[in-house]
Amino acid sequence: MIANYGYKDGSGEYYISIDTDKCIDCAAERACLTACPKQMFEIIEDDYDDQVAWIKKPNCRTLAYDCADCKPSSGYTSLPCITACTPGAIKHSW
Amino acid sequence: MNTETTAPTAPEKKEFWRWQENVWFDETKDWKTAKIVTCGIDVGSVSSQAVLVVDGELYGFNSMRTGNNSPDSATNALAGIMDKCGMKQEDIHFVVGTGYGRVNVPFADKAITEIACHARGANYMGGNGVRTILDMGGQDCKAIHCDEKGKVTNFLMNDKCAAGTGRGMEVISDLMQIPIAELGPRSFDIDSDVEAVSSVCVVFAKSEALGLLKAGYTKNKVIAAYCQAMAERVVSLLERIGVEEGFFITGGIAKNPGVVKRIEKLLGIKAMETKVDSQIAGALGAALFGYTLASKKAAAAAAA
Amino acid sequence: MITAGIDMGSRSVKVVLLEELDVNGAPQLKYGVKKAYIMMPGDMDQDVAAEKAYDEALAEAGLKREDVSAVFATGAGRKQVAFAKEGVTEMTAGAKGAVFMYPAARTVVDVGAEEGRGMKTDAEGKAIDFAGNEKCAAGAGSFAEAMSRALQMSLKEFGEASLQSDKSIPMNAQCTVFAESEVVSLIHSSTPKNDIAKAVLDAVASRVCAMVRRVGIEGEVVLIGGMVHNAGFVSSLKNAMGVDTISLPDMPEYISALGCAMIAAERQH
Ligand code: SF4
Ligand code: SF4
Repeated sequence: MIANYGYKDGSGEYYISIDTDKCIDCAAERACLTACPKQMFEIIEDDYDDQVAWIKKPNCRTLAYDCADCKPSSGYTSLPCITACTPGAIKHSW
Repeated sequence: MNTETTAPTAPEKKEFWRWQENVWFDETKDWKTAKIVTCGIDVGSVSSQAVLVVDGELYGFNSMRTGNNSPDSATNALAGIMDKCGMKQEDIHFVVGTGYGRVNVPFADKAITEIACHARGANYMGGNGVRTILDMGGQDCKAIHCDEKGKVTNFLMNDKCAAGTGRGMEVISDLMQIPIAELGPRSFDIDSDVEAVSSVCVVFAKSEALGLLKAGYTKNKVIAAYCQAMAERVVSLLERIGVEEGFFITGGIAKNPGVVKRIEKLLGIKAMETKVDSQIAGALGAALFGYTLASKKAAAAAAA
Repeated sequence: MITAGIDMGSRSVKVVLLEELDVNGAPQLKYGVKKAYIMMPGDMDQDVAAEKAYDEALAEAGLKREDVSAVFATGAGRKQVAFAKEGVTEMTAGAKGAVFMYPAARTVVDVGAEEGRGMKTDAEGKAIDFAGNEKCAAGAGSFAEAMSRALQMSLKEFGEASLQSDKSIPMNAQCTVFAESEVVSLIHSSTPKNDIAKAVLDAVASRVCAMVRRVGIEGEVVLIGGMVHNAGFVSSLKNAMGVDTISLPDMPEYISALGCAMIAAERQH
């Protein structure tokens, strides 16, 4: 399952998607939990009884601001969350 | 109560959908002879639904406005349907709560997100061909892609921004002083096509709408421009999860043709028709999940 | 030489008529503002409004169109200014104007009714980087405006009220439309108006600040745009950005038009 967390508003589309099939048997020891400086990731049991990461609820409405520090407007080559997630389950839409 | 019904008639001929009272139950079935009775309760921001499922089949539902107190809404919704068919709460084997107020269903055995429940419910109502589900509620908008079993394969939700939600429609209804229910029909009562208002943001779209009125647009045309913008916005969300044939719409917006028809046109896909009000999809899915869980429990008990 | 900068905002048109003076070695004295003029076009079409505002500004300055060497336009509606020779972005114009007023400024924050953005600039007033939060009313002054209406206060009163509060209530709603309902329920739960005002301005400030952080906070920070007049917002922004001072120009609305006129002058050489 691809779970998209975030929102779209007038200024743009801000979703972090988590590919739960890649996330279930995390081979990175849940590195996202500690990699994100804003501690936005959390492990939950989803509706199909799988242990997967998601983005904490309040952050789902503030992603553009929360990730601003990781995304300087002068450009960036890597993001802590994506780098930490070696199975490649995390993607950003912006 | 309703125990001595005769042979089932074709559902089309029956009064399947009594909109006024919003309570319905299948008089051809008898819950008393059923093995498992389950209930799904969807407490939304605007309306709450309770659905009863007997042995995995839809049995009855009740839909009502959500009051200020979510636990009461859940209790009242369930009481409304139980009274109709002479059921008591102890007759129900498993209750699943869903929706925005799912944590406020005090008597639920389990809470499941509305995403999974909508998919499961849509799969039951629209059949296993359902792939793309749109749920436009009062304060959010959800786009779901599911497989033939009704299992979610891709989803997104948007509850940050009022654009593309029922709330966004309320704003234009207030501005135009036209009841929500009239917006759809009026939006088609225009002499020439109009372009969508350019702002996504409800606040800016509102000032744009005012500008159009001042520039001499008729109210209907302004509503059309606004509905078109809503539709475009929703379609952009659907595109993120991938649109496929088998398109199912739930939630309050399903009743607004002004937006629905425009979405269909943009996608080139018609939404599926349902015999039962699609608004119950979430609660129905919850009750069906309840059925699966209760069956598992029964099987485990039998094996022990 | 006289040049004109016209800033076509969505609600107002600002015109600055600028005179370039012959002063050796004193860059701050190189330009003199002949006239700064603002007009609210209301229902007027933007192109008509631009003509009207420009003519009125000229008349007040006692000038004629032929006296002006070049007209440049900026702002969201700059393309509607048919008689402008060139258009420049709000970022380019804002940074130029801000650095002229405050030569040490390297971080320029521009918060108007409809947009909030941060710019990083060099010593020449050239914008190096910017990050904005456009097209969502929640990231700009109109968020605060809508909430002040819900409290039946003017935006100015709203700002002053917020200064009376030392609480920080977080707001859940991130959208202007949803936030209005949240404010109404705060009023119903008898939350003091001062605290609500602060919560709202803190929310806008933190959104603006997140955008500014994307360009980095460096050197002197200057705030331009209409929100400069809102003392409560300025204080919330200082807090959010973690800086002691934010420079506030006297005529914050005109900074972009001023920068625009300066660029017009520079490009005539
Ligand atoms: S970009 Fe940074 S703040 Fe955003 S989720 Fe990744 S690690 Fe966290
Ligand atoms: S774009 Fe407008 S409607 Fe959407 S979140 Fe922002 S303020 Fe609200």
